[in-house]
Amino acid sequence: MLGLSVEQLRADMNRLLAILFHQGVLDEQFLQLQQLQDESSPNFVSEVVTIYFHESEKLLRNLRALLVDKELSDYKKMGIHLNQLMGSSSSIGAQRLRNVCAAFRAASELNNRPGCLRALELLEYEYCYLKNKLHEFFQIEQQRMLAAAVRYPAPQQHRNNPQG
Amino acid sequence: MKKGGRKISALVVDDDRVIRVVEEKLLVRFGLETKVAKNGKEALDLFVAGNTFDFVVMDMEMPVMDGPEATRALRARGVDCMIVGVTSRGDGPEKAEFEAAGLNCCWEKPLNAQIVGTILDKLAKKLS
Repeated sequence: MLGLSVEQLRADMNRLLAILFHQGVLDEQFLQLQQLQDESSPNFVSEVVTIYFHESEKLLRNLRALLVDKELSDYKKMGIHLNQLMGSSSSIGAQRLRNVCAAFRAASELNNRPGCLRALELLEYEYCYLKNKLHEFFQIEQQRMLAAAVRYPAPQQHRNNPQG
Repeated sequence: MKKGGRKISALVVDDDRVIRVVEEKLLVRFGLETKVAKNGKEALDLFVAGNTFDFVVMDMEMPVMDGPEATRALRARGVDCMIVGVTSRGDGPEKAEFEAAGLNCCWEKPLNAQIVGTILDKLAKKLS
């Protein structure tokens, strides 16, 4: 036996999700994503989240580059990037990230550079936290799927090993 | 979902890839046939090329051609299908302008199963 319990791993996943919901990091839209996962797209959630991380990192780099330019901060462009990040964050249920984007957008609309810098720091922190936690979640999910495969082996193994 | 034997069709218009993927999957789950466009101009081009849809999910802020402009252009062409606006902005002048462009309704993102259900109910009433 590998010592991996499917039930234990499922409990770990649920516990992690409960923490993230309790912290307001995720909201019920994440559950909507899970409900869209089915036999035709068994890895839908992790695929969407991977796209989200890829796109978000580009947007965060662009935002930092725009703010670093002290002479001419293009607040309009910042607003465009923030709008995208807000929309995609809300579509995967990344509630806290979405809320920080809203505050950042409000600061950019007032051309408030210190406010934007503070919001960017917070955005980058929240992004790292979310990314780490979701990676942890998907790692446990993979372990659970492996454990389930071991627990329910293919039929031919039973024929050759009646003890198994 | 079917309308007279064929599937209900929808067009998702959004510049954000994550949103396109999620909204398309959500609509397909409801049994719809879907296409996607990255901005208002691509959406307009699809109609000009002769495509028709039962409804359009139109993002408000997009490059090249935004939601309000695309909605006005579609209505000016005589497109009378449902156009549902989605925006990351709550109530305010931008949303009001978007609605005035010719939307049937407007929702705050994210699109979810409850909103799609409401849209399909409105569509059923519109068609009956």
